[in-house]
Amino acid sequence: MTAAPSPEVLKAPLVVEFPFTRSLGPVQSAFLTGLRERTVLGVTTGDGKVLVPPVEYDPVTAEEIRDLVEVGATGTVTTWAWNPDPRRDQPLTTPFAWVLVKLDGADTGLLHVLDAPGPDAVRSGMRVRIRWAAERTGAITDIACFEPYESEPTAAAGRHSGAFDDAVTGIVTPARLDYTYSPGRAQSAYIHALAGRKTVGESCPSCRKVYVPPRGACPTCGIATTEQVEVGPRGTVTTYCIVNIKAAHTANLDIEVPYVYAHIALDGADLALHGRIGGIPYDQVRMGLRVEPVWTEGSRHPDHYRPTGEPDADYDAYKELL
Amino acid sequence: MRHARDVAIVAFAQTDTLRRTDELSEVEMVMPVLHDVLRRTGLKAGDIGFTCSGSSDYLAGRAFSFTMALDGVGAWPPISESHVEMDGAWALYEAWVKILTGEADTALVYAYGKSSPGEVRDVLTRQLDPYYVAPLWPDAVALAALQAQALIDAGSADEPALAAVAARSRTDAESNPHAQLKGEVPPGEYLVRPLRSGDCPPVGDGAAAVILAAGDRARALCERPAWIRGMDHRIEPHSLGVRDLTDSPSTRLAAERAGAFERPVDTAELHAPFSSQEVVLRAALNLDDTVRVNPSGGALAANPVMAAGLIRLGEAAARIHRGESDRALAHATSGPCLQQNLVAVLEGDAR
Repeated sequence: MTAAPSPEVLKAPLVVEFPFTRSLGPVQSAFLTGLRERTVLGVTTGDGKVLVPPVEYDPVTAEEIRDLVEVGATGTVTTWAWNPDPRRDQPLTTPFAWVLVKLDGADTGLLHVLDAPGPDAVRSGMRVRIRWAAERTGAITDIACFEPYESEPTAAAGRHSGAFDDAVTGIVTPARLDYTYSPGRAQSAYIHALAGRKTVGESCPSCRKVYVPPRGACPTCGIATTEQVEVGPRGTVTTYCIVNIKAAHTANLDIEVPYVYAHIALDGADLALHGRIGGIPYDQVRMGLRVEPVWTEGSRHPDHYRPTGEPDADYDAYKELL
Repeated sequence: MRHARDVAIVAFAQTDTLRRTDELSEVEMVMPVLHDVLRRTGLKAGDIGFTCSGSSDYLAGRAFSFTMALDGVGAWPPISESHVEMDGAWALYEAWVKILTGEADTALVYAYGKSSPGEVRDVLTRQLDPYYVAPLWPDAVALAALQAQALIDAGSADEPALAAVAARSRTDAESNPHAQLKGEVPPGEYLVRPLRSGDCPPVGDGAAAVILAAGDRARALCERPAWIRGMDHRIEPHSLGVRDLTDSPSTRLAAERAGAFERPVDTAELHAPFSSQEVVLRAALNLDDTVRVNPSGGALAANPVMAAGLIRLGEAAARIHRGESDRALAHATSGPCLQQNLVAVLEGDAR
């Protein structure tokens, strides 16, 4: 048993991407379909205010609202902010102004961007108009941006049925966030040890339990685990399941189903980790089976665990680890 | 307003807020704070009646990241526990209700945020309306800048006034050992005009914890408990274009319901990540120059996302514990341009 060293902290890029598919209600459907057709719709509240973009419930009274009106494609900037350094996925790649625009006939502001040569060309109260995207799909980005446009405000907001051919009923909003993930001290030490085909846990200084993989804390005592303990390489299957559906994930493509995924208590560990069981027909895997890791070249984790040929472990030897 | 039970914040602890904490997992960052706050009361984890935490998976980029941090609490044998995907100030609200209803006598509340793994400006866009706003990726600074320009247009502030807020905050932070930015800093370049880097919060990692207790338990655990006389939180419409960005009616209403206007406060810890937001909050809360605002330096000096609001409550309570305040207001916010606001009124016993 040795005091856990402070290894070089590992880092790796972590990309989270999600293409959320969302359905639209009648009001949002009409608004986004309208954008596709170069028509901007708002909704009228009980007290006659016109909200653009429209919502389905009055923000003050919470009454359901459905009365659609068409507003202008020209409007007035109510507030703005100059962005000298556009970020990925923002509507323009050159410096631009964020703006709230009260479109002619509307009583509220629409958030979008304004294409202008510089901050001196922007002020609250300036007149602007929509620049439509060349290709429109029924999304807020069908408005490519606003552009300066001198014109007289018009108050007209005419009733609109909201009916269009081929209404947009849903949107897909892709999102991507980039992280640099660092697992912290305890898990870095675990991953470092795996590079030498060793499995290490950490023991709690109070209850002496050995946690594998270590996360840096004993969940029973709520204190830091500080001592590194090498465990395994052999272990015992404590419980398992039979997987019958091939995973879409590329890492698993060459694994034939059915296969067994198991909880494995490595010798010396007080917590079972999980891994795939190979080298034995799936229907012969059992609780108590003694297994050992099989490493493949260039892999940091064991590829799978296979039977050692030892007699099965007694239930009493692992029942606390189930 | 009178409540069924008297509940107080009896202890507060926080980490230093640091630009990066690569060597620490979330549980490794949280654990020392939990030990610190328990040590201040002499309580053990098993003595706590209810535990509630605040954090956000989006900061770490991993689902259910709070369940890992729970290891630091000592959650076995099973404890009574809850989590809010929000600032820990709202976790404190939940814990307060739990004690008011008599289901617990003590509560541990903690919050943490590691902003360093991602780009927090981009991450926060994912809390916006996904239909009309999020596809444009307006970052947190951009939205705050729209609010700042609206204030300037309304004549409520100008750029020098905003710079003065930032300078005062960072000067005050010199006496705060946990702050990330200290000492007067130049206003800096425009990040999104009219906001300069000095008007915006630093990006940092940190954690905080408080312990709440009822009645005589509070008196036994703390020499001068910070009694929660009232607490309320309110929300405004999601759409920025519907709101008057120069005002914060939700803050005013929450303060009124919390009893903030019944008698003057001497201290206010305001969760204003941007200098312009302090201007809005001061007006909404009728705070004049007699009130000591953000003696800790506030969020302009240290803004660990998801913990910064809980820290406002903790800092206000700590001033009462130390006898530096008798009646303090603490405020926390969440969402763009002060969308959601929580106000608590804390008092010490008469001396």
